[in-house]
Amino acid sequence: MYLATKQLTKQFGGLHAVNEVDFTVEKGKINAIIGPNGAGKSTFFNLISGVHKPSSGQVIFKNVDISNLPSNKIAKLGVARTFQTTNLFEKSTVFENVIVGHRLRTNSNLFDAIFRTKRLQQEEERSKEKALEVLDFVGLTKSAERVVANISQEEKKRVAFALALATNPEIVFLDEPTAGVNPDETEELSSLIVKMKERGITVCLIEHKMQMIMEMADKIMVLNYGKKIAEGTPNEINNNEQVIEAYLGRSASA
Amino acid sequence: MPKKFEKYIVIFFIVLAIIFPLITQNDYYIHIMTLAFIWSIAVYGLNLLAGYTGYLSLAHAGFFAIGAYAVGLLTVKIEMGFWVAFILAPIITAVIGFFIGIISLRTKEHYFAIYTLCVGYVIYLIIDKWDSLTEGVRGLMGIPAPANIGPISFTTPLSQYYLVLAILLLVIFIIYRIINSLVGRTFIAIRNSEPLALSLGISTIKNKLLSFVLSTFFAGLAGALYASFVRFLGPDIASTAITFDLLMYLIVGGIGTLFGPIVGTTLIVWISQNLQFLQDYRMLIFGPLLTILIIFAPRGIMGIIGDWKVKSSEKKRNKEAQKSQSELKKEA
Amino acid sequence: MEILIQQLFNGLTIGSIYSLVALGLTLVYGILHIPNFAHGAIYMIGGYITLTMMTYVGVNYWISIAVSIIVVGVLSVLMERLVFHPLRNTIIINNKIAAIGILLFLEALAQLIWGADFRQMSSPYNQVLNLFGVTFTVQRLLIIVAAIVVMVLLYLFLKKTFIGRTIIAMSQNREGAFLVGINANKVAMLTFFVAGALAAIAASLTSPINLVFPGMGHLVILKAFVIIIIGGMGSIPGAILGGYLLGFTESIGATYISGDYKDIIAFILLIIILTIKPNGIFAKGEH
Repeated sequence: MYLATKQLTKQFGGLHAVNEVDFTVEKGKINAIIGPNGAGKSTFFNLISGVHKPSSGQVIFKNVDISNLPSNKIAKLGVARTFQTTNLFEKSTVFENVIVGHRLRTNSNLFDAIFRTKRLQQEEERSKEKALEVLDFVGLTKSAERVVANISQEEKKRVAFALALATNPEIVFLDEPTAGVNPDETEELSSLIVKMKERGITVCLIEHKMQMIMEMADKIMVLNYGKKIAEGTPNEINNNEQVIEAYLGRSASA
Repeated sequence: MPKKFEKYIVIFFIVLAIIFPLITQNDYYIHIMTLAFIWSIAVYGLNLLAGYTGYLSLAHAGFFAIGAYAVGLLTVKIEMGFWVAFILAPIITAVIGFFIGIISLRTKEHYFAIYTLCVGYVIYLIIDKWDSLTEGVRGLMGIPAPANIGPISFTTPLSQYYLVLAILLLVIFIIYRIINSLVGRTFIAIRNSEPLALSLGISTIKNKLLSFVLSTFFAGLAGALYASFVRFLGPDIASTAITFDLLMYLIVGGIGTLFGPIVGTTLIVWISQNLQFLQDYRMLIFGPLLTILIIFAPRGIMGIIGDWKVKSSEKKRNKEAQKSQSELKKEA
Repeated sequence: MEILIQQLFNGLTIGSIYSLVALGLTLVYGILHIPNFAHGAIYMIGGYITLTMMTYVGVNYWISIAVSIIVVGVLSVLMERLVFHPLRNTIIINNKIAAIGILLFLEALAQLIWGADFRQMSSPYNQVLNLFGVTFTVQRLLIIVAAIVVMVLLYLFLKKTFIGRTIIAMSQNREGAFLVGINANKVAMLTFFVAGALAAIAASLTSPINLVFPGMGHLVILKAFVIIIIGGMGSIPGAILGGYLLGFTESIGATYISGDYKDIIAFILLIIILTIKPNGIFAKGEH
């Protein structure tokens, strides 16, 4: 097992946002989590990445229990994530934004900074090289010197990917990577996600755009009211009665 | 604007600061400028925390006062040598800052601002009420001027001006090194978004504490200079009014910019000098100015310059893009 | 024993004032999530307006208070329109700095108009009463009764009128309130008016036993912040209970511990609370 959740549960007040979910992420594949609004998808992500602590259950990554580790320690193990909102520093350039992504692989401290030691210089060089490398990967080399405030929403999404990739992850969790992006751009972002997989990075994402998921995902889990109601290949999910009901039931009542 | 040009501007201002006393020959002006430089050092500390790390501390005057009273009490009450006391003062401030930081940084946003406001008030009350130690409202008198270093003495306004200027330049240099390093980038990442910073593997707790301690260190250093320059201390230097003054200098100059603190502080101190007839009413102008700046130019003077530079470089970029396009067309 | 009763009575008086100020602060926080640092200055202006109406215009105490409520309420609404509304979408640090700007301005303005001196406000209710061995002025009794009346009126307004209920709805669920078509601008303005009015009432009630001066809002606002953190930011019953609690603690602390350090009690209390519970006592979930 690569990354797995066991009976993962999160309660807010009396409400079960995530309820006893067992899930395994397939290594080297694109794993997708879908479900109606409020199904607990984001909470599930937040539990894995350490933003929230689970009420009960476990998150296991490469045979290590990471359930109670803080986010930053989880990131160091090679688990990266993006957020629905990109949260970039708008006044700075794309390149400047991405450099800090490699910070967790460096050791320079205050002393190094004030005296500009050899270690700092080397590590800065390394972080900058890394930034250029990941910007090249996401196809933003040309926009590297542009100010974030002046680039498009789709480009911001790419910068967010680049930041996550700069941490040298084995696995990335993408929270609605194409939200707020038009259909053409969605396709470009999908091919970028496939490219990540081809590079050997395991991908796990939350999405609403069904067509996109059905085309690219290797494995899908469906959440509804915090519970897992189905898990399998796109084909299996497509024909699952419970899934159809969950989606139709909701839209009929809405 | 090319980098070289910026360098010349900085060198120009440093030279200007060095020859300033020779130009004015006026002890009063030198006195005002020295004070402005001392406040700037404190504002640099505030900028590191509020401007670069995104945590608005309203206890800054309290830490300034701790640095000042440390020098005052060590030299007056236990007659320690000046320079030992002077070096100890910012360290004492930073140690106290460390413990207050550990606790206060557990809170966020509004809670942090309110918490630090209360911490600042407690520091003020302690200085004000602990008569037997601090002399309370009577004030602490008889603080010595900086002791001679070899043949150099610091008894004249001119020599004190250069001492403060040298320390200020050193502070700006250190801040420059910090914010342009991986450490500074880490602070900025925390300011932008703590969840994002955490997801990038950054220990926000450790880095926020570092920024907080550094900010109190610079506040303490400024306080130590103030004590040896003014040589009389009252509890008022710990009051929230001083914190608000420092905050105003920072906002006017440009929060989160390298030269904002020095620009804002010198500018406002000079304007205040020239508006002496207003004295207590200066806030009639500066209060609304603070509010208006936050609404229309939240990054102050340096921010306006920065935005202008970004715009012109975007324009240039667009022009170049057009040019290369038209060239492509020609070739085709 | 008599000292204790006397102190409890004094605590009730101070607590009434704290509660009224904290109520305004918590209402504004509930709706807009702004810690309004300028609220203390609004309180101070309230004191001065009443004083001016009584001494310079010469109308009676109650009419003066009514004028003060209207003037300060409008001032408070202006503040929302001109400053907080334009800032509603910026980073949170900006709201606080803007509020500090307003605070500095209003204090300087008060100093310009009324001078820096401490002013005494005469009250028509200076008679001294003696009941059960406790000595007090009618004004103190008035403070306690008036505060309760105001709180009851506020309760009726928030629970029984449509517009009042929208305030509650919006403070509980902002997005939801938008969905059901609540005019957020109107609610924000109204909330600021109510907050200003409460501050004006508090200042007008307390001024005859304390003094009126430009810095009179400093400590009160700080303590009001402590109260709403204790009571839960945005909570109305929390602000009332917290206000009385702090009033009692201070007045008993002043007698049995030290009068010099009475003002420090609130802050020590806050520091202890936030040290243990960094998100406030009544923090909801982890969000």
